[in-house]
Amino acid sequence: MIVATIAFYLFAAVTIAAAFMVISARNPVHSVLFLILAFFSSAWLFVLMGAEFVAMILVIVYVGAVAVLFLFVVMMLDIDFKSLRSEMLNYLPLGGMIGIILLLELGLVASTWVFAPDAASLAAAPAPAADSGVTNAEALGRVIYTQYVYYFQAAGMILLVAMVGAIVLTLRKREGVKRQVIADQVARTPQTGVEVKKVEPGQGI
Amino acid sequence: MEELLSEYLPILIFMGIAAVIGIALLVLPYLVAPSKPDTEKLSAYECGFDAFDDARMKFDVRFYLVAILFIIFDLEVAFLFPWAVALGDIGMFGFWSMMIFLAILTIGFAYEWKKGALEWE
Repeated sequence: MIVATIAFYLFAAVTIAAAFMVISARNPVHSVLFLILAFFSSAWLFVLMGAEFVAMILVIVYVGAVAVLFLFVVMMLDIDFKSLRSEMLNYLPLGGMIGIILLLELGLVASTWVFAPDAASLAAAPAPAADSGVTNAEALGRVIYTQYVYYFQAAGMILLVAMVGAIVLTLRKREGVKRQVIADQVARTPQTGVEVKKVEPGQGI
Repeated sequence: MEELLSEYLPILIFMGIAAVIGIALLVLPYLVAPSKPDTEKLSAYECGFDAFDDARMKFDVRFYLVAILFIIFDLEVAFLFPWAVALGDIGMFGFWSMMIFLAILTIGFAYEWKKGALEWE
């Protein structure tokens, strides 16, 4: 258990340090890389809590896909970061307000037992304890597809909308691009592909 | 709980060894290799002429489209794992709820195929 405690403090410290570097790194690409480190070490924190499935999903989805997406977005934006930094004071009131609202919400979450004493029992997952031999994935699978079927289908709809939206917003057909159409190639015959010209001697075509 | 964590101990040890090797390979050159930088050594070198433009150029938006389509199908697969594990417990209702979910996403897949979003020009 001492190893688990040491690992917890190690990964918690790495998470906080990486999260601090996300907002303080000068290069936004470095920020995204530190975000990946934060995701990764918080996946370890989930493992330490016994939530294996969430940890693996965090690695697969967030580290594997979302972070790459962030990286693309950062590299796609052609922003002069020096000029952006000089205008930082203009955005300070709005950003500060959002930060304060987020802090208040976090405070509400952390002090639930004052505002809504029975919230904890309502939010208690029907998942069995970690040492009952039922894995995380199984405990989730027992409720997602039956008890929470509407939320599950709503998730499917959201994914569909995201897919269609991404295609509509970013897909542009380019003119003048030569594509390989294999059916056309296969359908070619000597009659359509070759033309025989009768050439008189001594004259051009 | 204890049992679960002990299964992850080898991964932790593996990561520790990887971190030690990585940090050692970063730190050793600082200590061992001679380093006498000057402005000419540190300047950008591009076969004898000045650099045309910044190396950090903009990405094409099509990479973003590929990435977001990847995330969506990644999530779809993530939903399949608990379903596959618990399929014995959730019965026909659970089976068909996943089939409807897959059908919804197949509509999107057919749409993106028809639109040519999967083709690289």
